[in-house]
Amino acid sequence: MDIYLILGLNVLNGVASLFLLCVGLAIIFGMMKIVNLAHGEFIMLGAYATVVATNAGVNIWISMLVISPLFVGLVGLVIERFLIRYLYGRLVDSMLATWGLSLLITGIVTTIFGNTIKGVQTPLGGFQVGGYSSSYYNLFIFAMALVVIAIVLVVMRYTRLGLIARATMQNPGMSAALGINPDRVYMLTFAAGAALTGLAGGLIAPVSGITPGMGAAYVAKAFITVVGGGTAILSGSLAASSLFGSIDQIGSYLTTPVYGQVIVFTTAIILIRLLPQGISGRFFKGQL
Amino acid sequence: MTKNTALLAQLAALVVVIVLIALVPGYFEIFTVMQLTLFASMAVLALSLAFIWGFGGILSFGQTAFFGLGAYAYAVAAINFQDSTPAIACAILVPALFAVALGYFTFYGRISDVYFGVITLTVTLILFNVANSTSGQEYHIGDAQLGGFNGMPAVPTFNAPFDPSTPLYPEQGWYVTAGALVAVYILLRVLLAGRFGRIVVAVKENETRASLLGYDPRLIKLVAFTIGGAIAGLAGALYVNWGAFISPNAFSLSLSAEIIIWVTVGGLGTLIGPVIGAVLIEYIVSSIGSQQVVNANLVLGAVLLFFVLLLRRGLVPSLQLVVVELWHRARRAPRPKAEPSAAATPAGSK
Repeated sequence: MDIYLILGLNVLNGVASLFLLCVGLAIIFGMMKIVNLAHGEFIMLGAYATVVATNAGVNIWISMLVISPLFVGLVGLVIERFLIRYLYGRLVDSMLATWGLSLLITGIVTTIFGNTIKGVQTPLGGFQVGGYSSSYYNLFIFAMALVVIAIVLVVMRYTRLGLIARATMQNPGMSAALGINPDRVYMLTFAAGAALTGLAGGLIAPVSGITPGMGAAYVAKAFITVVGGGTAILSGSLAASSLFGSIDQIGSYLTTPVYGQVIVFTTAIILIRLLPQGISGRFFKGQL
Repeated sequence: MTKNTALLAQLAALVVVIVLIALVPGYFEIFTVMQLTLFASMAVLALSLAFIWGFGGILSFGQTAFFGLGAYAYAVAAINFQDSTPAIACAILVPALFAVALGYFTFYGRISDVYFGVITLTVTLILFNVANSTSGQEYHIGDAQLGGFNGMPAVPTFNAPFDPSTPLYPEQGWYVTAGALVAVYILLRVLLAGRFGRIVVAVKENETRASLLGYDPRLIKLVAFTIGGAIAGLAGALYVNWGAFISPNAFSLSLSAEIIIWVTVGGLGTLIGPVIGAVLIEYIVSSIGSQQVVNANLVLGAVLLFFVLLLRRGLVPSLQLVVVELWHRARRAPRPKAEPSAAATPAGSK
């Protein structure tokens, strides 16, 4: 019985982490149709920001929840101004350029910090369920996923800012005619996506190995989730991360973590073959 | 230039290249010959993407999947058969079959470019992870231990066809690798000049129009993709022959990125450009590897960004433009008028 409880907790945690890792990408891809292959490096920068700040004596919660999103959001802002804004509407070029960017960021971080860095301890400690142990931090990740869902939902649906953003993505010409500067909306949306990605990076910093190349481990997962989810930001990425996160955890439990991933990716390829528009293209059409 | 003189010029260039290849072992140290062999095998890999992306319009972010599969297939078969002849056949067949399977799921699903890129990237990562996880005695195919993260050392290199007792010397390895590069290049040129090549390009230019003319774009793309996969597999076998060693790094994302960089730098839509790009970039990477000041990723990333943003055409097409420009200036002849583009026609004239 206990094993199922632990498995359930792991599934929740897997789904929550996957959602956090992909929601920033979902915003950037779903709203702006920019394929950001440097997404993994944004996660890596978030993790590094947390680690560097914590090692410099900043409280770990402040580093994770404030410094990481702010730092990566700023990086995203700069990148949007110098690179991405020349690439709107050039899908293939945006993929190539952001891949170049991902190599560049990896190279810069390796040059500054070397190939390894001292990690941070997982805060909050653990608890026992029968013969198995789990950590409160897993529950915290789940809570953070709920918070992010709430923030995105409220901002996108109930604020003027979200309305403007959604309108600009649907019809930039029309919103420009109504006195909105689409250029600025794109800039801020990209930065917001980057900041959420930075937050995810900060949150996984205590529970993952931190190297300059760590982004590669996440970029495929995040992309497959966003593509499987389709264009609806919240419902799509939520549905896809629930599906893939559960399959990953249960598959890993039944076989090995590597084959768990293989099962996830195979499922994803079959899913895209069956639903080329993603889950939300079929089931949650026109929703957020 | 008439068609005949162009053909003659190409044949002359081919003869020059073959003579140069024959001369290399006599003029260079064995170290340089080995390095050139590596570059030639990478150039074959570059040709595989140059074909499917530049002429088929299929942007595969995971051409290393086929490269790695070819390399592993060669290694496993060579260890089991103790003869490289059937092993090379395996190195071409296994990735080709894998390309058929992957291509069926993607092209027949009518998946867009972006999703195709993401899927090929993902497949490469899966293979990388799987290859990494095969350490331990229980992972073996026949006599071949897969070796996980450490890879497979001491893979038999090429031998004379059907004669395992005569392994090839490094110089002969160079002839085989450079010969394979020339052969693949000629094969692709012939293919592209023929009917199938024209259909491939037609599908790339306008899928709807091609299908209205009665061609099945899905099938055409699948065949082109499979040819690309087979060539990449051959490159994998040539690579293993160079180092007598294969590790999961053959599937790595950084190699995938490098292939894209070769093609982008050399010039998309040409065959010779990516070959030049591969040799140039690999030379730069190996020079960077011997010092510790700048990181290779940093340079590769900067190069890719530079070419995508500022020199999108790539080296070879840009050079062609410059040469044509100089040619016309030298002759003081007016340039041939460019075709009036859509933007040049006055608005509302339709």
